[in-house]
Amino acid sequence: MEQKRENPKQADSYDDGVDRRGFLKCMAWAGTGLVWTLSGGIPVSHAFGKNLQPKSTDLTFVQISDSHMGFNKPANTDVIGTLETAIDQINGLATPPEFLLHTGDISHLSRPEEFDNVDQILKSAKAKEVFYVPGEHDLLDEGNGKSYLARYGRNTKGAGWYSFDKKGVHFIGLVNVVNLKAGGLGTLGGEQLKWMEDDVRNLKHSTPVVVFAHIPLWSIYPEWGWGTDDSAQALGYLNKFGSVTVLNGHIHQIMQKIEGSVTFHTARSTAFPQPEPGKAPSPGPMKVPADQLKSVLGITDVNYVKGKHTLAVVDSTLG
Amino acid sequence: MTKPKQRKLYYALALMGVALLGALCSGGYAQQPASTEIKIDNFSFTPATISVTAGTTITWINRDDIPHKVMGSNDEFKSKVLDTDEKFSYTFSKAGTYSYFCSLHPKMTGQIVVR
Repeated sequence: MEQKRENPKQADSYDDGVDRRGFLKCMAWAGTGLVWTLSGGIPVSHAFGKNLQPKSTDLTFVQISDSHMGFNKPANTDVIGTLETAIDQINGLATPPEFLLHTGDISHLSRPEEFDNVDQILKSAKAKEVFYVPGEHDLLDEGNGKSYLARYGRNTKGAGWYSFDKKGVHFIGLVNVVNLKAGGLGTLGGEQLKWMEDDVRNLKHSTPVVVFAHIPLWSIYPEWGWGTDDSAQALGYLNKFGSVTVLNGHIHQIMQKIEGSVTFHTARSTAFPQPEPGKAPSPGPMKVPADQLKSVLGITDVNYVKGKHTLAVVDSTLG
Repeated sequence: MTKPKQRKLYYALALMGVALLGALCSGGYAQQPASTEIKIDNFSFTPATISVTAGTTITWINRDDIPHKVMGSNDEFKSKVLDTDEKFSYTFSKAGTYSYFCSLHPKMTGQIVVR
């Protein structure tokens, strides 16, 4: 949460009344029912139920994560139902998203029928385009991810990384869940880092960049593996850009940090919550009373307005 | 009267019974091979370090609500993905120190010392 370097491009947006202390105070509430908007570098919290969509946006997309299709333990015995609720909610957004990002753990055990179920449910989304990166639960087939790549890996490199452009925003999907080393965290690996360096080399510094990957690309709680060993190298390639948004999943709860021109954000799961760092013996699924489950699951929509440096990231729960 | 198909099934079951009995008997006479269990619970291996004699079969059993995957750090052994209550066994025939981890959650590590 430290602001390591001031970004001169954002300096004009620091005077909207939310100071650092206010931000910290809001951070403490993040898990308990507030929606965040990041606008011009300053996070603003809202109560649920208000129309949080910016009046006009140049690009809106929605992030969903950790659908864990196939999970059937007490923390959520109906992951089909909660994913369907998430899609209904997306279809009801005031500003329809142009596409969806799924930040991994699509399935629980990489079984074909689990992927089939997700594919089927996502067909009911009005947004027809879905971009994926794998979570560690998506590469459990005998071929260590061959079935993921066969399904979602068209036009990707290596274990499934790729980039694309939408309305002037550059998106980079990274894979940090393969070849994990004993005792380590998530890993990007030399080949992917080299590719990424080349991928952004000729981009203009003013291009907004969105990076998405399953495991957080910042160190949230290494004791539980919530970080990526070589993420600093990847983020180093993005130093020159005025607006970088990093979207991750894996930890089934919202965490955010702003560091210079980089906004880090993790999304809720559509399947089950996980405990706050260190607040339980392990990061396993957290059981909450049935009537509270939807209040700890959610979706994230992201809005980009040309000329604004920071993308607005808005979380909402499923109920 | 039983149909030929059913009769075949009975023969097969009877044969399996004999085979099972044979296996149990021979086990009774031979030196009982050592076996031990490592529990996977709360994203950790218990016991995390274990010392056994060569020839011991170790069985990992997953008691978490999340799948795990046991893997030797030098690829000596590798389980398939273990969902809740699923097991994986491996017999350690050679002396040595074997480090292993969960290839899904690599912070989970353990060690087997085979004497």
